[in-house]
Order: sequence, then structure tokens, then C-alpha cells
Amino acid sequence: MPVKSYLVYPVAGKAAELARTLRAMPECELIPATNRHLFILITDTPNEQAEKALEQRLLGIESIQCLALVAAYRDEEEESC
Amino acid sequence: MLTRRQFLKRMAGAAAVTAATALAPDITFARTFLAGGEAAPTAQDDIVWDKAPCRFCGVGCGLLIGVRNGRAVAVKGDPDSPVNKGLACVKGYHAILALYGQDRLTTAYVRRNGKLEPVPVQEALDIVAQNMKETIDQHGKDAVAIYGSGQWTIPDGYVAVKLFKGLIGTNNVEANARLCMASAVVGFLTAFGLDEPMGNYADIDHADVFILWGNNMAEMHPVLFSRMLEQRRLRPHVKIVDIATRTTRTSVAADKAILMAPQSDLALANAICYEIVRNGWVNEEFVRRHVAFKKGKTNIGYGLEDNFTFKDELTDIAFEEYVEYLQDYTPEKVSAMSGVPVEDIKFLAALYGDPNKKVTTFWCMGVNQHVRGTWMNNLIYNIHLLTGKISEPGNSPFSLTGQPSACGTVREVGTLTQRLPGGPVTSEKARKQAAEIWDVPVEQIPDTPTYHTVEMFRALDRGEIRFMWIQVTNPMVSLPKLRRYRDGALKDGRFIVVSDVYFTPTTDVADVILPSAMWIEREGFFGNSERRTQHWNKMVEPPGEAMSDSWQLIEVARRLGYEKWFPWSEEEHVRAVWEEYRQFHANPKHNMAPYEELKRRPGVMWPFVNGKETLWRYNAKYDPVAAEKSQDFYFYGKPDGKAWLIFRPYEPPAEVPDEEYPFWLSTGRVLEHWHTGSMTRRIPVLHRSMPHAYVELHPDDARELGIRHGDVVRVVSRRGEIVLPAAVNFRGLPARGMVFVPFFDETMLINEVTLDAFCPLSKEPDYKKCAVRVERVSS
Repeated sequence: MPVKSYLVYPVAGKAAELARTLRAMPECELIPATNRHLFILITDTPNEQAEKALEQRLLGIESIQCLALVAAYRDEEEESC
Repeated sequence: MLTRRQFLKRMAGAAAVTAATALAPDITFARTFLAGGEAAPTAQDDIVWDKAPCRFCGVGCGLLIGVRNGRAVAVKGDPDSPVNKGLACVKGYHAILALYGQDRLTTAYVRRNGKLEPVPVQEALDIVAQNMKETIDQHGKDAVAIYGSGQWTIPDGYVAVKLFKGLIGTNNVEANARLCMASAVVGFLTAFGLDEPMGNYADIDHADVFILWGNNMAEMHPVLFSRMLEQRRLRPHVKIVDIATRTTRTSVAADKAILMAPQSDLALANAICYEIVRNGWVNEEFVRRHVAFKKGKTNIGYGLEDNFTFKDELTDIAFEEYVEYLQDYTPEKVSAMSGVPVEDIKFLAALYGDPNKKVTTFWCMGVNQHVRGTWMNNLIYNIHLLTGKISEPGNSPFSLTGQPSACGTVREVGTLTQRLPGGPVTSEKARKQAAEIWDVPVEQIPDTPTYHTVEMFRALDRGEIRFMWIQVTNPMVSLPKLRRYRDGALKDGRFIVVSDVYFTPTTDVADVILPSAMWIEREGFFGNSERRTQHWNKMVEPPGEAMSDSWQLIEVARRLGYEKWFPWSEEEHVRAVWEEYRQFHANPKHNMAPYEELKRRPGVMWPFVNGKETLWRYNAKYDPVAAEKSQDFYFYGKPDGKAWLIFRPYEPPAEVPDEEYPFWLSTGRVLEHWHTGSMTRRIPVLHRSMPHAYVELHPDDARELGIRHGDVVRVVSRRGEIVLPAAVNFRGLPARGMVFVPFFDETMLINEVTLDAFCPLSKEPDYKKCAVRVERVSS
């Protein structure tokens, strides 16, 4: 049950498009900077397989210029339930 | 309480904020993702930002509110909001200051021996419940009423409807949106069978032409106006046309301003249709497949007498019959009565009729506050339907609203006498649905509307209503023909409860005053003009004992024995109400977004179907309900799947100037103040820039009367009079023979003068047309 956070830099002029794309993905929560073209992305997936699938989808988004992983947690307690 | 998983997400978010701050020390974030409204540190600042829709008008701009040490200290436009894209107007930027007026109500008051005495809120709530119960016991359930507002949050309005209609069993529920939006509602229902616009604000980005009818957007909807101006800058072929009875800032910014005589808009709209037909600009394929032609009753009255009733009857007509009716509206005839040059009428028709131009029409109070307001709404639709310019990006007849949740609360929840959340009270299906969701016997929900707003206050005056609870509105400033209704409220045997945030002329007539929590002092939802529902978290504590309007209602409901129907805690009730309310609209024509979705996004438009907003209703490209039935358009609000083009003629207003009262009076708003000014007059910068009302005169009229700018004058009508300063060549320029007075100033109540005539279909009063005389008092 991974939880991860990223810094996401949009391609120039594509910030709004990127925000729409990420907000449409149910595993993603987006925190936009209010004075920079930069997003914090928090992902929440039910298992490793879903996490890998999401990662592939994120890497395929053309409006992302750079995706930098900041933190990652595994929620073992919930996973074992 | 945080779950472990929420905690991990918060940790992950905090780590990312730290990393971002290392890269850009001044970076700030909107913390729209956090559950529970708890603070997240942002960068190196101790200001915490959270999203909220603006407290004021119906545009619904997304704001970011900065909170430091439990106090709202900063505002900025939310760049993520599709409504305003980071912009805000002068009222929005100063909105938080409305929380902190020096005379903010922090405790309840009860009138004893004619004087208001402070009491604890719980004691006041006991008194309210006791009086409500006694009134029902002595005079029946229809002797109690609630009068709310388009500033009610959605949970406030929903709780009021559930309590009064579902549990007490009276349809005595009204809201001040009757005074501003009712004509738009009936216009939508008669033409399309469903309320609210088919398009959205993205129409601004697609339209080639904007026609503004009776709508001073530069002052009343400045952010949308800015978006229009920006489009004209980016796409120089874009044109803005202003049709009004008075020259305003909007007129000055428009490419063309057209002045018309009051009430002649009915004829002007028909003349445009006449020209469209005459020139062969009718979109015949669209009309043949998607439009049904109707006509309604004529000579329908003005509602000036008590207990006025009217019921329209629509009958089918053929296209040819419709064209025959239009023959009375040649440009030449209409020019003579409206003062609009023939070439301007033809120009307007040519704009609408050009198949290569996308046209968006915006209108607001000039059209709605009109003794034929419903008819004017119908006539604007007629133009768009004849030309097929509807329900697609840029082609949009778009009724704007004036209050932040006139749509979300009043129209969608149904806080009007004739409505339930799922439909009219006259519909057995709607009553059964409500009975099922509320778990009450269906026969407990009355099937007949009682009093619309004007008639409700007349009923208070007559003594049929004995108890009235007024929340988040100021009728003792905003009602027309004010003296009658103020005197009625002050009569013996009336019990008036007022929930508000400041003392107002309405609290002056109150027996009990309840202090309300305002806007970001509680969690809530508003719904704006484009079907967008917006959630906000509680960000700061309300002052003293102030309490949300919804919780005040629940406290009283519990005292009346209805605890079972309101089992929630104060902290959880907003979410619980939302989830219960959503059930009423759980269909693809109106589905509302789930709570979590609204909490994390800067608003979501309904119908929200399969995880997607429906951007343009009735268009198969965007609307899954339409797509089930058609390849292009399907107007599913009507049983025949068509939009109804309803012929409406010109009829004169209720009162016209004469020798004794030679001027038209129109009332309205100004940029700096919002509605009755109870909030914005407590914002120092706004109050200083527009400290009092005024009467605006045409310079030639002023000269003839010997009046100069700043002179003290008296405005007199058959209902009353007020004294106020004259304004010549000031904010706006009325046509000759007309004066304009803004209504924001409780010290200069223009509604002492206005007339309580209303549209017989919508029951919305006409604040734009009555007869007055103007007398100079002193220099």
C-alpha cells in the first residue's frame, strides 16, 4: 500500500493541462504552488502492482518535464489487514 | 482524527514541501489536498492557505485564504480555479475584512420591553423553539415561515427545507433569490424544462460576439467582464455590445452601446427575431428538429393586489403563426417605441444571424427584475433557438446570478415555496422521493405552494404568518415598497427571528437575533452561475457564540422533537447533509460530485457523470444523456425532447412616468458594495471609496431642475420618499427622464420609494421601473 510524494515540473505552457490530467487520476492528489509552475503530487495505491502501473502512466504524460520522487512509505499495517 | 494512511500522506506532502522550499525559498502552496482543514506549513511562512469560493457574487471566483494565528489575513485569486484563473475583484480581495467589523454579533439578543438584551445563544434558541411551537399550536403550521437567501450555504438551505417542508409540513420557505433570479428560473423551466444554464464560463473563450442585456458586468461581475476583455485583446475580431437603459462602465468598455427605453426590451427582442426571419437567418434544420413553437397568456397583470394569482397556459403554434405575430415588431415600429435606431436593431439581428459568428448573451437583473422578466428570458432564448446558437462552446444564452449560492442553494436545493430538492411540490414523484429520503410520511409534505416572497411579507402584514425566521438576508433594506412590509413585521402578534453577522435594519424588527458564523468560520458549499459546486473548509473560529445557520436550525429542530432526523454532530453535519442531499439528484441529468471530490478540487460542475463534468448540456458531444437520444442535440427537459420557443409580446410596465411623477426610477448596485452593504460597508477601503448612496441624473435634467452635483435632493413616489445627494456625471449616466439610485445604503433606503409589482409567472419584483419626481432640497 505505497504512498509517495513527488515534485512535478510541467512542460512550459502545459501546467493547466498537466493539472487536469493528474487530477483525473484517482490515485493522485495534487498541490499546486501558487507562485511557481511546480506541483506536489501525492500518490496512493493499494499495492505494489498498482504502484508500478501508475508510475508507468506518469512517465508517459507528455506535459511532465520532470518528475522527482521525494518520499515513499509502505503502509504495512493496512496491507496486512 | 487522522487515520494512519492520512498521516502517511501528510508526511509525504510535508517532505515534498520541504524539498520544494529548498529549491525556491519563497514558494507557497495551496493546501487543497489536506483532509480536515488542518494547517500545513507552507514554505517559510506561518500563513496557511486554503481554498474557498468568494463570499460575494454569483460568479463564484475561487480564492485562496491565508490564515495566521487563527485569523484570516490574506486573500489571493486561486490560479487553479477555472472560474477566475487567479483573478479577483476589489470586493473579493477584501472579502476577509467583512469578518472583522467592529460591531460583529457575538452573542444572541432578545427583545424585552422593546429593548434588545444580550442573552446566551442556547437560551435564545429555546425562546425561538418555544415561540415556533406556540405559533403552530395556536395558528397552524402555515403561520410559521422561513425566509433565507442565495447566501445560504447548501447545507443551510437543505436543513431549512427538510425542517419546514418535511417535518413541520409547511411550504412557507422562501429566499431572497426570488428578488433576483426567479425570472431566470421560470424562463429556463418554460423553455427547457430544467433550470440553469446549458453552457459554462468557458463560453467566454469561444464566443465571437457578446451581447449584454440589462447587465452592468463591469461593476457587477468584474472578473467575467475581465475575461471578456482579455478575449477581445487576444482575438481582435471579438465584439461586445451593451444593451441598457443607462450608460455604465460596461457601456463605455463595449464596442457598441445601445440605449433603449425602459420595458422596450420585449419589443426589441421580437424585432431581432423579425429581422432574423425576414433575412433568412433561421437555422431551419435546427429549428425543425429541436424546437417547438408555443404561445402563452397575455394581459397577465402585475401582482399589485394581495392574493394575486396567475397561471400561464402554453399552447402550440405553427412557425408561420409565430412569424405572423412578429409582424407587429418591425424595426421601424420598435425603433419608434424603444428609441433604438433601426440600423442598430438590424445590426443586432445581423450579429445573431451570422452563421459564422458564435454569440454568447449575458443577462442579469435588467432582464430578471422586470414585470415581464420571464417573458424577457423566453425572448432571449427565442433568438438563440431561431439561429441554433445554443448548447455549444461560444453559442450560449447565459443568465448570470448575483449571489454566491442562488443556484446551488435556492434553485438546486429548492428553498422556494413551490420547490423540493427533487422537483416541484405539486409533483407526487418529488414528494415521494423526499418522503423516502427524509423518512417521513408522504402526506406530511404539502402539495401546494403557499406564499412567494412579496406575498409572504404581505401575509405577515395581514397576520396569516405570525412567526418568521430570517437568515442571512436583509429584507428591511431589499424589499420593494418597504414601509408596508416593515410596518407589517412590527405589528403586535408577530415574532421575528433574524440570524445575521451584524446589526441591520432587519435586526431592528427582530424579537430574537442569533449571531451567525460567516463563510470560512464554518464548513460549507456554494453553487455558482455555471452549475459549479464549491466546497470550503472551516478555517477560523467564529467570534463569541456565533454558530452556522444550519446548526442553528438543527438546534431548534431538536428542541421541536426532530432530533432523529438530524442525528449528526456539529463537526460532521455538513458532510452528512451533503451525502443525504446528493440522493435527490442521483441521476445523470443532475448528479452532484461526491464530498471528497469537491473537497479536493476548486469546484465541480454538475451533472457529474462517470467521473466527468457535463460542460454543455443537451449537446450529445458533451452530455451523455443527450447522446443516448441524438447525434447532436436533445433537450431532454421537455417530454418532446425539444426546446420551446415561446412567443411573448410587448406589454407596458405597471407604472409609467406622468406629470406628477415625471421620471423613471431604476435601482441597482455599484462595484464597491454588495447588495444591502451590511458586509461591504464594514470594509473600510470599500466604504471610504463609496460612502453613501446618491441619485444619478442626466446633466440636462439636472440643469432644468437647477440641481448640481452634490446638492441634496428628494426622490418622491406614490409609496414614499427619501433624501440623498445628487450625482451628475458621476459613476453612470442615465438617459434623459430617468434617475438611478443604488440600494446598498441603509441610511438612504431607496426601497421606500419602489413599487412591489412583479412578474406574474416568476413573482420577481421589478426594481427597474417606477415613476418618481425629483426635488431640490438644498445645496
